[in-house]
Amino acid sequence: MDLSFDLLGNALVSGLLLGGFYAAVTIGVSISFGMLDIVNIAHPAFIILGSYTAYIANSVFGFDPILASIVLTPAFYLLGAAIYHIYDVSFERRGDASIRGLAFFFGVLFITEVTLVLTFGVDYRLVDAPYIGPSLHAGSIDLPLRLLVPFGVSMALIAALQLFMSYTFLGRAVQAVAQDPMALRLMAANPSRIKRIAFGLSIATCSVAGAILIIIQPVEPSIARDYIGRIFAICVMGGLGSFKGTVIAAMILGIMESLTSTYYGPSWSPAVAFGFLLLTLAVRPSGLFGRG
Amino acid sequence: MRNVWFFLLALLAAAATFAVARLINNAYGFFAGYVVLQYIVLATAWNILGGYTGYVNFGTAAFFALGAYATVVLHKTVPLLPLPVMMMVGGTISGLIGLAMGYLTLRLRGTFFSIATLAMAVVAQTLITNWNFVGGSRGAYIIRPSQSPIFPGDYIQYLFVVMLALCVVSVCIARAIEQSRLGYGFSAIRDDEGAAEASGVPTLRLKLIATTLSGGLMGMAGAPLPYYVTYLDPTSGFSLSYAVNTIAMPLIGGTATWIGPVIGAVLLGTLQQVATVTISSALSLLIVGVLLVVFVVAAPKGIVGWFTR
Repeated sequence: MDLSFDLLGNALVSGLLLGGFYAAVTIGVSISFGMLDIVNIAHPAFIILGSYTAYIANSVFGFDPILASIVLTPAFYLLGAAIYHIYDVSFERRGDASIRGLAFFFGVLFITEVTLVLTFGVDYRLVDAPYIGPSLHAGSIDLPLRLLVPFGVSMALIAALQLFMSYTFLGRAVQAVAQDPMALRLMAANPSRIKRIAFGLSIATCSVAGAILIIIQPVEPSIARDYIGRIFAICVMGGLGSFKGTVIAAMILGIMESLTSTYYGPSWSPAVAFGFLLLTLAVRPSGLFGRG
Repeated sequence: MRNVWFFLLALLAAAATFAVARLINNAYGFFAGYVVLQYIVLATAWNILGGYTGYVNFGTAAFFALGAYATVVLHKTVPLLPLPVMMMVGGTISGLIGLAMGYLTLRLRGTFFSIATLAMAVVAQTLITNWNFVGGSRGAYIIRPSQSPIFPGDYIQYLFVVMLALCVVSVCIARAIEQSRLGYGFSAIRDDEGAAEASGVPTLRLKLIATTLSGGLMGMAGAPLPYYVTYLDPTSGFSLSYAVNTIAMPLIGGTATWIGPVIGAVLLGTLQQVATVTISSALSLLIVGVLLVVFVVAAPKGIVGWFTR
């Protein structure tokens, strides 16, 4: 009985830490899908791209993957701004964002994945950092630094974004676009420009999210797909665009997956996210913390 | 009446295709042709939901692979069942999955349906990977009979004919829908769902018809796959390339009419067969992705749009 209690405790704690990591992976989609209503299903592919840039910085140049990823965020921001520009000119201004916009991002997802396969092959890649091996211990509970460090980075990232959204002029403008783009236009502000900045930010988070992904698990190009279901499940359950909701939903999913893989085996855990998503869509489509 | 004439014409075209293929009589020709035909069915099926009603399905691979795995199960339990019957079973299963998916998500905004189909593909793959009876992650081996059961020739020719027949059926269904009350209902949903609902179009019921039909045809297209590849594992059955191809083909050909997916499938399918043989299969997939993005950005009406004003 004592043993199974330890097992449960460890599963809960690692689920919580995993959930913190899922929050970092999802936060970009909370901005692009939740606030701007852009269904960027290519988001996980950019996260894998972030993993690979961190991998190169680490294995070729010997930098710390997390520091390198923070330094690289401006490059990801520019990539995001460029993609939004194409999207804006081709779809939003024509008022034809739904089918073709989705197909566009699907194509981008596919191109990114195949390019990564052609460049790096399908081998799993790892990074090397001093905090990957050791664990802390609190009683019978293990706290592997490999999960603890990403958890901390993720929470710091989300806190920084939340401060940006609440206290800067640009951040408030992004929230204004989310609430009423028409009114923003009447205030003589250009919603396209603000959306470009916000979308750039959402892709910039991929650099950091990718770096902590490759710390947690080895990465190969096609694992992007496993994250699509998780990301959108968390985003929808968190109430689309609420950062607090995203963090809580991510932790609930992390704990559920951790319990599933502890008690039923890890090969079942991808199914959890989907069950979660369908249940949310069927029962409460506005999410746990949605406005409606 | 016009539908009957069209059906006879399509049948004639199919017979001519098979006659030409028999004249050339190259085994590889049948293998490559089968893939192109399979994509005509998939693209047409996708277009019934995606092109006519405007709901994007990313889960083609799931519907397709479930049809294929239905055949694996039937092959292991009742191996003497003729292939068309297996296709009916596979189609029914995928159709029912489509109905259930649609029922859960179609009352919401279209993007939720798309996201759910994407996630559904991952979960269906998880279920199959964990199901030992159909081979799990190791995959399943199916022994292909050597001779066609209905006419003298190799079994691959029989598969070719079966897929050709399914092509005729699905193209005729798509064209018949286009010119019926059902089709007008579908395009009303695509153009403005709120207005359609307000004018008394039973939108949910129509959307469910579209998802069921579309999923069912995809399942039927997948059912002969185990006999074609003789070895089926979850990774290849649920390959994302099925999803990206089936979306790229109608969008490149043009989504508004039945001919668009057919044009897209023939062009892109042939191009891929050639590129796979001459260059590499990863690069041929990259070509499809790039073409998809270029077409949705630069030519929103597809190839058909170049000829209509």
